[in-house]
Amino acid sequence: MKKITNPENLEILRNSLIKQENPSMTCISVCLGTGCQASGSKDIIESLKQEIEKQKLSEKIKIKSTGCHGFCERGPIVVIRPRGIFYQKVKPEDIAEIINRTILKGEIIDSLLYVEPSTGKKVIYEHEVPFYKKQNRIIFGSNGSIDPTNIEDYIRIEGYSALSRTILKMSPEEIIEEVKRSGLRGRGGGGFPTGVKWESCRNAHGEPKYILCNADEGDPGAFMDRSLLEGNPHSILEGMIIGAYAIGSNEGYIYVRMEYPLAVERLKIAIAQAEEYGLLGKNILGLGFDFTIKINRGAGAFVCGEETALILSIEGKRGDPRQRPPYPAQKGLFGKPTNINNVETWANVPLIINRGAEWYSKIGTAESKGTKIFSLVGKINNTGLIEVPMGMTLREIIYDIGGGIPGGKKFKAVQTGGPSGGCIPEEFIDLPVDYDELTKVGSMMGSGGMIVMDENTCMVDIAKYFLTFLADESCGKCVPCREGVFRMLEIVTDITEGKGKEEDIPLLEELSKTIVDTSLCALGGTAPNPVISTIKYFRSEYEAHIKEKRCPAGVCKALICYEILADKCTGCGACLKVCPQEAISGEKKKVHTITQEKCIKCGICMDTCRFEAIEVK
Amino acid sequence: MLRSDPIKVKEILKHYKYEQSSLIHILQDIQVEYRYLPKETMLFVARELKIPLSRIYSVANFYNAFSLKPKGKHLISVCLGTACHVRGGKRIAEEVERTLNVKSGETTPDLEFTLETVNCLGACALGPVVVVDGHYYGQMTSLKMKKLLSSSKGGRGNGKNEKDNKS
Repeated sequence: MKKITNPENLEILRNSLIKQENPSMTCISVCLGTGCQASGSKDIIESLKQEIEKQKLSEKIKIKSTGCHGFCERGPIVVIRPRGIFYQKVKPEDIAEIINRTILKGEIIDSLLYVEPSTGKKVIYEHEVPFYKKQNRIIFGSNGSIDPTNIEDYIRIEGYSALSRTILKMSPEEIIEEVKRSGLRGRGGGGFPTGVKWESCRNAHGEPKYILCNADEGDPGAFMDRSLLEGNPHSILEGMIIGAYAIGSNEGYIYVRMEYPLAVERLKIAIAQAEEYGLLGKNILGLGFDFTIKINRGAGAFVCGEETALILSIEGKRGDPRQRPPYPAQKGLFGKPTNINNVETWANVPLIINRGAEWYSKIGTAESKGTKIFSLVGKINNTGLIEVPMGMTLREIIYDIGGGIPGGKKFKAVQTGGPSGGCIPEEFIDLPVDYDELTKVGSMMGSGGMIVMDENTCMVDIAKYFLTFLADESCGKCVPCREGVFRMLEIVTDITEGKGKEEDIPLLEELSKTIVDTSLCALGGTAPNPVISTIKYFRSEYEAHIKEKRCPAGVCKALICYEILADKCTGCGACLKVCPQEAISGEKKKVHTITQEKCIKCGICMDTCRFEAIEVK
Repeated sequence: MLRSDPIKVKEILKHYKYEQSSLIHILQDIQVEYRYLPKETMLFVARELKIPLSRIYSVANFYNAFSLKPKGKHLISVCLGTACHVRGGKRIAEEVERTLNVKSGETTPDLEFTLETVNCLGACALGPVVVVDGHYYGQMTSLKMKKLLSSSKGGRGNGKNEKDNKS
């Protein structure tokens, strides 16, 4: 491929790509996101290739490996276009049948269809799957139709047209104004207006200026940035180049967390291709603007998601956050003005330029514009990534898109905002989700993790979980976070072990206040949130642990025991064989019993029992 | 145990043009090569990059990716992200601890297995998730973990068990 040396040639290439594409040709797209890969989608591609080869159909059928479709729970996902037939949980042995029946004869294979859990209805087409129906996938939607390792796929769907338009027709000030008018706010959690951030970096004194992409998606339970990086890397690069042009920077970095090797691989390919096509590097599109992007792999530190820590980490140092101001816009990477935005924020930029700020600002609520990608996980039927307009209620998200709670269990809470967020109880289920509403109920947007919890989730245990996480990830620089979070963890651990005292709850509240008020960075400043929100909304659970020495959800080991139900036990002996403690006894075909003194509550007996005869009490 | 090889380390340093700001990249590559950061290599890197050993130590100590002790041939990472946690990830970690008789972060004395617990692998839809040598296993139970471990140990483990992966 020759370098594209001017914007017209980009349009010529795009038009020829659109012409080449035969819309009636059968295209089998297979999801190669991390979730589907883990469920074996690479084997699906192999089988497809072999079968197509065997039947000599390569002229008639195209195979496309795409990024994440979002519905990870049902992987591996295969979509057959142009009809849009949606097959889920596909296995390599299904491939021959798909080719022979669906492709050659046009028949639908019933057993591969998605069945709606609530109605038992089978769904044939992708756009009819209820999980997708209520979404508005303006950012994430292309993931399912493009091959992330092929830049031409991205160019074909308007890719890099925003870039060429901005450099050609807009001044940096006009771009910043457009982004400001769109109302885009940072998707990393804080929700700071993106245009304002850009302006302050543009106006800052000092050269060179740097552009950073924060892909250190550290919040446990959030993986939307990963899917964007893996599924549509060019949209992020395009956003960064536009931002760089607007701010006046020629050098950018993407800081990716180490747990995402596939994202790094896809980014490397994307950067190399963009350079080859003249869309990145020196003299972009022949318009006299230079911009390069380098990738930095993180080394496993949650605090490096904090911007000042991230900057130090790129410089090759420990990621200890520092006091702000000065903000990175004034004094950032190597002491120079630096603009940091999150992955999803960057991916929004080309769309705003292409469709206009006015169109964009019509989506969402008064103060939160556009859509947000959430990872809907935990105790929920339809697990995966969803993109919805800001302002959709939790009820719509959890029940209409998520399909409710599995096993007929009762919804208890939804946790948002990662370790800095809080747990939102059922009384707020009709809350419209946007930056400000979530903050009002004591949680926050964060990067978009939404972990659903049911009646079997212990809220004290959840508080302990986040405190353990934060005590481990605290960098240790300031005392309130280093010591305070640790003390809170000790107190909450005591409560879960039945050693809690009545004065523990007020003590936790007091400590929380001090840590919030006095910590150096946002990690410490928000660390007590999971405790504050669980005490506020689930105080009775804390009290049950402290006063009655009881864990109502049946989670805290010290307060529960496993028992065999005499009316359900068949005496099959399966549990007896797997028990690592030899704590289970009983003759064959007679009711077994657990010797509580020996039991270590590992739960393996319950996993093994096929008759639901073991219960937690 | 692997001995550190100055030629290999020099190659890594050269690749990053002996830049002090590339310290983390350099340590990452050394970690991949030797599965830990050997002391003599750190002394060598400090000399070559002209930075104090104390700074290298503080960086190595700060990031979870680096280990100052040798790691096992096979790496078992049990995800304890929030989504895996609410679906019982901790019980999976305990199963590994019991079977291999190591705690999280430790390596078996024969240097075969290292157990790590990680704060979210970003495969939340499949939780609880375990990754053995880069291979993902979703919807784990203590029982599946037990079987996976015995198959890994039995075959002097490549850690893979295709059958379990698809269940």
